[in-house]
Amino acid sequence: MKFTLSWLREHLDTSASVAEVVEAMTMAGLEVEHVDDPGARLAAFSVARIVEAVQHPNADRLRVCQVDTVDGRKEIVCGAPNARAGLTTIYAPIGACIPANGVVLEARPVRGVVSNGMLCSAAELQTAEESDGILELDGGLAVGTPAAQALGVEAVIDFEVTPNRPDWLGVDGIARDLAAAGLGRLKTPAITPVAGGFPCPVQIRLDDSSACPAFAGRLIRGVRNGPSPDWLQRKLLSIGLRPISALVDITNLITFDRARPLHVYDAARLSGGWIEARLGREGERVEALDGKTYAAGPETCVIGDASGAIGLGGVMGGASTGCAETTTDVFIESAWFDPIRIAQTGRTLGIASDAQYRFARGVDPESLLPGLELATRLILDICGGEASEAVLAGQAPARPAPFTFDRNYVQALSGLSLDRTRIDAILADLGFGLDGDVVAPPSWRRDVEGKADLVEEVARIAGYGALPATPLPAIAPPPGGVLTPRQTRMRIARRALAAAGYAEAVTWSFMKRATAERFGGGAPELVLSNPIAADLDCMRPSVLPNLIEAAGRNARRGYPDAALFEIGPIYRGDQPGDQATVIAAVVSPHPARRWDGRDVDALFALKGDLEALLGEIGAPALQTVQGDSSPWWSPGRSARLQLGPKTVIAEFGEIHPAVLKALDVDGPVLGFELYLDLLPEPKRREVKTRPAFQPSPLMPLTRDFAFLLAGSVQAGDLVRPILAADKALITGARIFDVYQGAGVPEGFRSVAVEVQVQPQDRTLTDADIEALSARIVAAAEKATGAKLRG
Amino acid sequence: MTDIAELESNNLTRIDGAADLAALDEARVAILGKSGNVTLLARTLGSVSLEERKVLGPQINQMRDRLAARIEARKAELEAAELEAQLAASRVDLSLPAPPRRRGGVHPTMQVMDELVAVFADMGFGVAEGPDIETDFNNFTALNFPPKHPAREMHDTFFLPPDAHGERKVLRTHTSPVQVRVMNRTSEKLPSWIATGQEPPIRVIVPGRTFRQDSDQTHTPMFHQIEGLVIDKGIHMGHLKWTLETFIARFFETDRVTTRFRPHHFPFTEPSAEIDVKCDRSGGEVRIGEGEDWLEILGCGMVHPNVLRNCGLDPDVWQGFAFGCGVDRLGVLKYGMPDLRDMFAADVRWLAHYGFSAFAAPNPASGLS
Repeated sequence: MKFTLSWLREHLDTSASVAEVVEAMTMAGLEVEHVDDPGARLAAFSVARIVEAVQHPNADRLRVCQVDTVDGRKEIVCGAPNARAGLTTIYAPIGACIPANGVVLEARPVRGVVSNGMLCSAAELQTAEESDGILELDGGLAVGTPAAQALGVEAVIDFEVTPNRPDWLGVDGIARDLAAAGLGRLKTPAITPVAGGFPCPVQIRLDDSSACPAFAGRLIRGVRNGPSPDWLQRKLLSIGLRPISALVDITNLITFDRARPLHVYDAARLSGGWIEARLGREGERVEALDGKTYAAGPETCVIGDASGAIGLGGVMGGASTGCAETTTDVFIESAWFDPIRIAQTGRTLGIASDAQYRFARGVDPESLLPGLELATRLILDICGGEASEAVLAGQAPARPAPFTFDRNYVQALSGLSLDRTRIDAILADLGFGLDGDVVAPPSWRRDVEGKADLVEEVARIAGYGALPATPLPAIAPPPGGVLTPRQTRMRIARRALAAAGYAEAVTWSFMKRATAERFGGGAPELVLSNPIAADLDCMRPSVLPNLIEAAGRNARRGYPDAALFEIGPIYRGDQPGDQATVIAAVVSPHPARRWDGRDVDALFALKGDLEALLGEIGAPALQTVQGDSSPWWSPGRSARLQLGPKTVIAEFGEIHPAVLKALDVDGPVLGFELYLDLLPEPKRREVKTRPAFQPSPLMPLTRDFAFLLAGSVQAGDLVRPILAADKALITGARIFDVYQGAGVPEGFRSVAVEVQVQPQDRTLTDADIEALSARIVAAAEKATGAKLRG
Repeated sequence: MTDIAELESNNLTRIDGAADLAALDEARVAILGKSGNVTLLARTLGSVSLEERKVLGPQINQMRDRLAARIEARKAELEAAELEAQLAASRVDLSLPAPPRRRGGVHPTMQVMDELVAVFADMGFGVAEGPDIETDFNNFTALNFPPKHPAREMHDTFFLPPDAHGERKVLRTHTSPVQVRVMNRTSEKLPSWIATGQEPPIRVIVPGRTFRQDSDQTHTPMFHQIEGLVIDKGIHMGHLKWTLETFIARFFETDRVTTRFRPHHFPFTEPSAEIDVKCDRSGGEVRIGEGEDWLEILGCGMVHPNVLRNCGLDPDVWQGFAFGCGVDRLGVLKYGMPDLRDMFAADVRWLAHYGFSAFAAPNPASGLS
């Protein structure tokens, strides 16, 4: 919504400057977005008069002028053909910045004559697109008059109207709030009804839908339409509206002055002597004033006459009945349309007119006749003619119901301590009716439905600056912190992976559907109806593709050695329970070459990182299961970590080369995805004491075992049964050698395990150790079929 | 009879002259070995008189002990010298690089999340979560957005396809639906991480992903918000103001931040406000704590009575406030990233530049970052 200070002053008696108005608006909840202030740009410029203009001694096209200025008489060199003695124009002093080109004036010789300033054209001051000489102003203007005043340019204030306040879409509504805020006295001119000279010859009909519950109108005959008077054109131009003709300009004026949209019809072009507001019919079309033809189906409110649909009610008039220079009889429409339907029509048809914007937000239902009368008065004044009686069909919605308002609630909800007089004064200034404890909202405040709304009115006008900052009541923080174990795990995981050399990324929750399908997703219920881009149309089933593609992008930029992780959601369906939190990481191993020639096995390094992570977040021991990985993993070089036979906690390994190819990423890429929500949560212990530390005084000893293991059995499966062979004595088991070749039968591997034994209360005898070794070998054999190598 | 003194002197010269451990060992054998000169000399004692033996015996023994000690000392010397020589030979060029190590980091948005949790935990706020895919009811209707109201249009909502009942799920446009989940008791079976109705008093923050169909330098289709909700008896706007002023001062870690409360409109709060911080935008980037511009950083207000009613709470008994704030934007303001879209591009150079050390976890002793 745009307006100027002078327009505001028609409604508000105030001496406030633009800056003061903007500040008051902002602090009353009218959020100013932009002030376009040509006055600020023109502050240095003022009216001057040329006393003498003579030919420049050294240049044919230049004149040397003696000019009376606000700074006294100045010698100024001017190239304009119209620079002549007696001309009143605009002077720019040395140091001024010319708005059109940003040049700052300096006193310097022009072909040998020093110019002590500059005389300006309208184009140079940006008050016209182009000009062919310096400004020629009214000779009655005093020298030194500020340019902005002489040229009648004004600051335009543009602010955001929140959807609850359609009354701010008229300057009168803005003025009312500013008056309440103490910026001046409200003086919106009263509207005096015009007596009709004859019955309205156009009958108004309404259907029984709620699309248009009320419609007022009247005919004015014998008007002369044409360009509107200067003051009206200037007013519309000042806020960026294009003048069209007097009749149309008057409706636009009232739209912005009173937030009351109107429409004018050329009565001669109406058919049948009646006009109606109704729902559209299947297949009905309207050619609107913008020259486009719109479908006006049964969801749309149309204006019709005997010829059919002639306008989109509340949205845009039709071309067939619009007013033109030739219009002599005009029918004025002042109606009330259902806001929701108008909003929908605007969306469906893609029309955002000034009328549609206002009706969609809700026009004052008591403004039908006043708006009609104001339009009548202006038309009679500007275009002449004779008005018929005004007719009102239907009934606009009632104003909001009055309710009891306990003034103490102001302090209870806002904390502001205000006496009743002040509270009531604010409400009265805003147009609320007060009757004892009962408050009646005005007709234009359909947003006010209860006492909290009134507290807002009082508080915002009293000023939020006065709100007393009050500490929250102290509460005992929960013992052990506010985070859940799961939230704590996410924080630990983040910092653990960052410490392990992975950079945390945050990537979109959506991805290309084809990619989602490749990673087990892409179900139709997860495809967005209105994606931001075609390749971001599906909720992600996995974080991996985003990280893999990111690694690819980084490689293409020359940074191929990416290690990225993300902790975030994946979506397996559209129910709340279908969202899961994963910890995903990818590595695209391109480490720097090493002078010592040594190398790191990237896959086992990744496994180590994953195990370290699981350790940090307190995961229980997990089983490594190979061969069942999801299809986006490379089958021989990936595995699952399982809790029991069914629960897959994580998958890790190399990404399948075919998947990388489809994502257009060079391999190898390794990664893991860990399903955080599936990890059993540790019990939160209230007592943090740990069991006593009881180190054995005895030295641990190690024994090595070499097993022959069938090639189909995972070497890692040896470890658990060995550890379980004697839980008291065996404190560690680790594979340290894997060998195939001479001495090992075909189809077998030799796997060597170092077992750590910690004697507890006595030194072990040879017999003890032998018995233990036998148990270890038996346990290994039972679990894996391994035979001790002879 | 050999001159003992001369023998000792010769032997000492030989010991001291041994250039390495092998020569020293040869000397030891030649002096103290079975046929060593001292051993041989001692053996001659058998053929001398008792009187002479009484004199010579101790002299020879003492000489032998001195020589043995001298050999040990020389041995230690030579060993030390040999070790030094070995060490000198095994010198490595330590200007060569250590094995390469990747440097990881924490994403600035997540760092800011952790900072916010730290600030609010200190004021007694717990952390609640809710799903990204929400019902229209939780995202809008329960929050007092009437169906088809223009206020919904301003949210640029992402929609999922209609289900069998014609209902369309939405990607939540704000974290506010979690307000509803926190207050509204439901029989719906939900995973434990999703907030469910709790009895007031309530004091939670809700960090999370939010989605709007918008993309430019300052808007991304996905972004992060943090919601705050306080429900209790007697909570008023003054508490809201204190809470947010305290939060802003602690978060920005400077007392130079000036704020102002300004009325605004949100369907789910009444009265509603926005908070601006004073900043300088003249240099193209936003600088907090200087200048004369105002920058909006969050929206807030007293929870609308209709929202309380929609969640089964009596607005004549319970009242409270809510606020919502863009986390990525807070990060931009505090740490100065120029373009919001870079946040989600996973460019390793950007992550290295704006990321945080793993060990920069916010804590009350060393500050937030």
